[in-house]
Amino acid sequence: MALLEIKNLHVSVDGKQILNGLDLVVENGQVAAIMGPNGSGKSTLAHVLAGKADYEVTQGQVLFDGEDLLALAPDERAAKGVFLAFQYPLEIPGVATMTFLRTALNAQRKKRGQEELSAPDFNRRVFDAAGKLGIERDMLRRGVNVGFSGGEKKRNEVLQMALLEPRLCVLDETDSGLDIDALKVVSEGVNRLRAPNRAFVVITHYQRLLDHIVPDVVHVLSRGRIARTGGKELAHELEAQGYAQYQEAVAS
Amino acid sequence: MNAELRPIKTAAETALSAAFAAQKAQLPGMASAREAAFKRFEAAGLPHRRVEDWKYTDLRALMREAKPLAPRPDAVALARAKNAGAAFAAVEGRRIVLVDGVFIPELSDLAALEPGLSIRSMALAAGDPAIAERLGHVVATDNVAVALNTAFMADGVVIDVAERAALTRPLHLVAFNSGGAPASVFTRSLATIGKGARAMLIESHEGAPGNDYQVNTALELTVGDEAHVDHVKITGEGAGALHVSSLMVAVGAHARFNEFLFTAGAAVVRNQLFVRFDGEGTVAGIRGATLLNGREHADTTLVADHVAGDCVAREVFKSVLDGESRGVFQGKIIVRPHAQKTDSKMAAHALLLSEEAEADSKPELEIFADDVQCGHGSTAGALDDDLLFYLKARGIPAKEAEALMIQAFVGEAIDGIEHAGLRDTLIDHVAAWLKKRS
Ligand SMILES: Nc1ncnc2c1ncn2[C@@H]1O[C@H](COP(=O)(O)OP(=O)(O)OP(=O)(O)O)[C@@H](O)[C@H]1O
Ligand SMILES: [Mg+2]
Repeated sequence: MALLEIKNLHVSVDGKQILNGLDLVVENGQVAAIMGPNGSGKSTLAHVLAGKADYEVTQGQVLFDGEDLLALAPDERAAKGVFLAFQYPLEIPGVATMTFLRTALNAQRKKRGQEELSAPDFNRRVFDAAGKLGIERDMLRRGVNVGFSGGEKKRNEVLQMALLEPRLCVLDETDSGLDIDALKVVSEGVNRLRAPNRAFVVITHYQRLLDHIVPDVVHVLSRGRIARTGGKELAHELEAQGYAQYQEAVAS
Repeated sequence: MNAELRPIKTAAETALSAAFAAQKAQLPGMASAREAAFKRFEAAGLPHRRVEDWKYTDLRALMREAKPLAPRPDAVALARAKNAGAAFAAVEGRRIVLVDGVFIPELSDLAALEPGLSIRSMALAAGDPAIAERLGHVVATDNVAVALNTAFMADGVVIDVAERAALTRPLHLVAFNSGGAPASVFTRSLATIGKGARAMLIESHEGAPGNDYQVNTALELTVGDEAHVDHVKITGEGAGALHVSSLMVAVGAHARFNEFLFTAGAAVVRNQLFVRFDGEGTVAGIRGATLLNGREHADTTLVADHVAGDCVAREVFKSVLDGESRGVFQGKIIVRPHAQKTDSKMAAHALLLSEEAEADSKPELEIFADDVQCGHGSTAGALDDDLLFYLKARGIPAKEAEALMIQAFVGEAIDGIEHAGLRDTLIDHVAAWLKKRS
């Protein structure tokens, strides 16, 4: 069974139709890249998967491990293993990063019937994962993302992902805002998580990221649908030719 | 009493007049001050919404009746007070216990007073002309709640900290309501912190949820030149209580003064705070956090009066309003003509957790000097849905996500408390409030 199966998904926001009958299958162990022009609906898809309330699903179905994902609250989806690395991670002043991470991890564990982690065990896991991503301990003491640079926020998203060990990782332009070295560190972080029972949906505008995180499949999202699917070479083709042909293809 | 001026007396006003006539002879000392204060009350009556300062807290409507003056606590009442203030064990303060408004030395920790510290009963001190001279004069006011307090005050404490004395332990004034028959309590305290002294005074007011009582408490605090004083008042009265508090503070030059008002509990709370800056070069932080639920009503009314210049004052008040509760903040900054270089900024933020909750905010600036930096800001709004979604998307259930955000919101004010043990205790109070909510 596929890990994620999206069938004929229609989504609107504030009465505006954004996803128009999107079909997508992501297999366990797969890295699927999604590319597409600005405003085509990539972040919308990511948010719908995570369960953001503003998005209204008017038609279609999303199955996660065969289960109706859309029936679950966002925290339940997270506990089942859905993770969204936000395109624009938010700052939460007054909530210390460590508190945030511990609350999230323990809430998920509790929901899965696992025991809470002890403080030393938790700290060790965080410091290990943070060290690998080049995140200073001082940053973990601050409020969530408060005063973090754009690149630091993205690293923090990957830190959360590493810690929460999700089944489906949706990365929404995690490469934007990263310098060349950070791109490498973050990509290595993602690659370390690749596993047979885990899948990735990598949303990006740039072939460059896909040199580091090599996808099994590339989808082109245009005007709210998957307009084409191909192998990793499709990303190179898009880089050379742009999206003009897909925009027309869907329009006609 | 002038019948033409105020023809209709409420039941509460009538009861107060009767109580004063019947019991004034037994009240300790200050007879002429009491008479004058009571006249002030009778002329004005209980403050109501057409009195500008009481616009949002109509005491005449909220105070349906005046409870009889509390009797001296008996053995049963004292037994109930054994663990009063225990929630603040982490503070390791010197307990000074008032039960139903009466100072109880046996329950207080008066052993080995630090040099320069003196603690006395107000009931005993009120007859002392030196005390009578000071009382009511720290920050003089014609406020009716203060007048009522002056008329009826039964006891309280007189605390003196000598020049340069540095108290190593906080003083913890515990005002405990023992329950029993419905009663009203009037306490008056006077704290005078000498030049260059260091003191922290914590006041906690508590009573059981089922108790039916009214509290009118007042504290006059003098912060000497170069002194460093923290005053923290925790209003954790029982759910049925009506609590009116007046705090009059005169701050000297080059002092440090930190005030914190924590309010959770009681049906109706009015916290009035009159702070006057008498000397230059003082730095003050005046903060507060209020947590309300159900039909609770809490009003914080602050006047920061800059008589001397060159002081820095920061006022930050946060309120979390759930259910049908109502949070009121009135804040006035006055800068007198000679108080140049005053830097006084005030912010009041309300977090509305329900559609029915209401926040009222009235900031005022009265500035008579030209070279000052003063300002105020006030906001009221719900929790940010996008932030909540971020937390939920990480697996944190909605209620817990809200709790984290509420703690962060209140924490911004609580973090201003220097004493770590007290800070943690108040954070626990917030957590307990949140737990009760969910
Ligand atoms: N809350 C909203 N209200 C109205 N329109 C919205 C809202 N959110 C998104 N949209 C619109 O939906 C469309 C798709 O937006 P989305 O963010 O999914 O695009 P995207 O593919 O992620 O673009 P980008 O590459 O720029 O990140 C855009 O036209 C956007 O303006
Ligand atoms: Mg996007």
